[in-house]
Amino acid sequence: MIRKILSTVLLASALAPSLVLAGGDHIKLDRAPVNLNNTESLQRGAALFVNYCLNCHSANYMRYNRLQDIGLDNKEILDNLVFTGGKVGDLMKNSMDANEAKVWFGAQPPDLTVIARSRASASGSGADWLYTYLRTFYRDASRPTGWNNTTYPNVGMPHALWELQGEQVLKAEKVRADGYVTTVEKPELAKPGKLSALEYDRAVGDLVNYLVYMGEPAAKSRKTIGLIVLGFLFLLIPLVYALKVNFWKDVH
Amino acid sequence: MAATKKEPVVVSGAGPLNAPLGGLLTWVDQRFPLVSQWKDHMSEYYAPKNFNFWYYFGSLALVILVLQIVTGIFLTMHYKPSAAEAFASVEYIMRDVPGGWLIRYMHSTGASAFFLVIYLHMFRGLLYGSYRAPRELIWIFGMVIYLALMAEAFFGYLLPWGQMSFWGAQVIINLFDALPIIGPDLSTWVRGDFVVGDATLNRFFAFHVIALPLAILGLVAAHILALHEVGSNNPDGVEIKEHKNEKGIPVDGIPFFPYYVVKDALGVAVFAAVFCAILFFAPEMGGYFLEYNNFVPADPLKTPSHIAPVWYFTPYYSILRAVTEDFIWVLRAGVVAYTLLILFTSRGCLSKLLAVAIAPVVLIAMGVIEAKVWGVVLMGVASMIFFLMPWLDKSPVKSIRYKGKLSRWALTIFTVVFLVLGYYGTQSVTPAGTLISQIGSLIYFAFFLLMPWYTQMEQTLPVPDRVTT
Repeated sequence: MIRKILSTVLLASALAPSLVLAGGDHIKLDRAPVNLNNTESLQRGAALFVNYCLNCHSANYMRYNRLQDIGLDNKEILDNLVFTGGKVGDLMKNSMDANEAKVWFGAQPPDLTVIARSRASASGSGADWLYTYLRTFYRDASRPTGWNNTTYPNVGMPHALWELQGEQVLKAEKVRADGYVTTVEKPELAKPGKLSALEYDRAVGDLVNYLVYMGEPAAKSRKTIGLIVLGFLFLLIPLVYALKVNFWKDVH
Repeated sequence: MAATKKEPVVVSGAGPLNAPLGGLLTWVDQRFPLVSQWKDHMSEYYAPKNFNFWYYFGSLALVILVLQIVTGIFLTMHYKPSAAEAFASVEYIMRDVPGGWLIRYMHSTGASAFFLVIYLHMFRGLLYGSYRAPRELIWIFGMVIYLALMAEAFFGYLLPWGQMSFWGAQVIINLFDALPIIGPDLSTWVRGDFVVGDATLNRFFAFHVIALPLAILGLVAAHILALHEVGSNNPDGVEIKEHKNEKGIPVDGIPFFPYYVVKDALGVAVFAAVFCAILFFAPEMGGYFLEYNNFVPADPLKTPSHIAPVWYFTPYYSILRAVTEDFIWVLRAGVVAYTLLILFTSRGCLSKLLAVAIAPVVLIAMGVIEAKVWGVVLMGVASMIFFLMPWLDKSPVKSIRYKGKLSRWALTIFTVVFLVLGYYGTQSVTPAGTLISQIGSLIYFAFFLLMPWYTQMEQTLPVPDRVTT
């Protein structure tokens, strides 16, 4: 009986999500090449981050010297990544005035410390969103900054990496979908930048990898410790089970 | 005054320290009811020997309670209950406090685990009629714990001061606004401000770290004392105390220590493995345990497009959202039908009188007070209606094993509906979702309100004299 109830419950709860009619607009996101074990990628990402992002954004909860996690020592961090003349133990603050920022961009640029965690949604991970977003800027004369974005339409942020990527424009493309032809507007490279398309994707991949790391610096040690804890528990469970069986021998 | 004369405590075995240990315990026992309490609650508390899978969750709930209190103490050492500093202090715990991330994830995963375990514990009660006489008070204490736990979770969820913290609290406190006359003043009083702000955060912190934990601990003690007074129920729903041996010990009972201590230890070990798998490898649990939007600091000027409570509140949130202006007509029809059902089929004079007295008041009130209020009322009733279980269930048997088809189907459908309501509570509003939530809400209440009828109508199975294995 219980088994029957349980199986009905499980079946019904498995079906429930399929009952819901398509809700919300899901953007198709590209998968970000995240690998927290790739220290070189993380270091390149950190360099891009302090050079291109930290001018307007902050990472108020992250300390520079935490970058020891990704294979740098304090001197390397101070020499290559700290441009504020501060100390290595400082938080990655930003000196831009919040009110001025509001005038320039319409909103204060958000803090980026945990951006890779907050941007996650039903469409994909935060990394996927960032990876797609940073590659879909295009020229749009109707916007105050001259830039627009297909992943985040009418975003206040201009294309900070434009000198690397170059300039994209929106191109209408006829696509066959389910038997009818429809027009899709896609950004396409019009003026190349310092990097080739492939190199740019890799650079954005490094940057996003870094942002994922910064969102949770403890993530790597979390998984390592997790394996040890689970290993211990899987050794413990049979022992406790044997103890229980032994104590319960005389219960009939 | 001389110490109470009691038998000396003898530590069995031949260890070299047993004699001094026995001496110490004797000294304590003559000044504190050590041995008698140990016997009453452990070594001579006889529990039925046929507990199954569903009986692990009581002790697990106790383990999680301790976990939450201990991790909570350490979090409080570093957390700053201030609107300006709260979000940063949580990230400080996650980054700069050694092991802080572990403590914080234990606490956040523990919150969801607590509700999961409590829901399974309550489901066990529904399965085997653990709320039936003489265990009504155990059930009522348990229900008060459940409500206190929901309050505890609600207050705690504001503390990280993310967008979901802020707007979730805003939505729930604004519900008071809907109450006629006193509403707006009441919600301002609860917030301590005109918007959710520093004052709100500080009072929620006070409730979360001291008021409710204190209440929960006291209630848990009462819950266990009441249980040990009448004895545990079991999957067969028969009383083991009706068959005692010559020493007065139930023949189907086994002492809690050591039997259930070692068995529950196994439960704790297996639970710990599941808990740690989530804690170390998926602490966000796909946005269900830690919502993504809560990694954005609270911004009173930016309303998120989709505000959803954490999963354990979503069945009730669905019921809240199900009550639309149109749905009031369905509710009216429901009240009329239920009144007629009582008038024509109830044998009690009192229930007929009550029905005739209450129904017109409710019907008139439904015309006067707006739908939003009824949503709040139904949400409240939905979470508290479990209190009535001991009096709604009129079956001659306790356990689902011996109840008839109607009860079995009712519980199955109720469980499915609870999960479906929970699912839709996490989603944005759609017409289909609202319709399903409305049907679900009706079934939810029908499960309880029709229980006195279907539990009496059905053919039950013969109950064995003693527990089966």
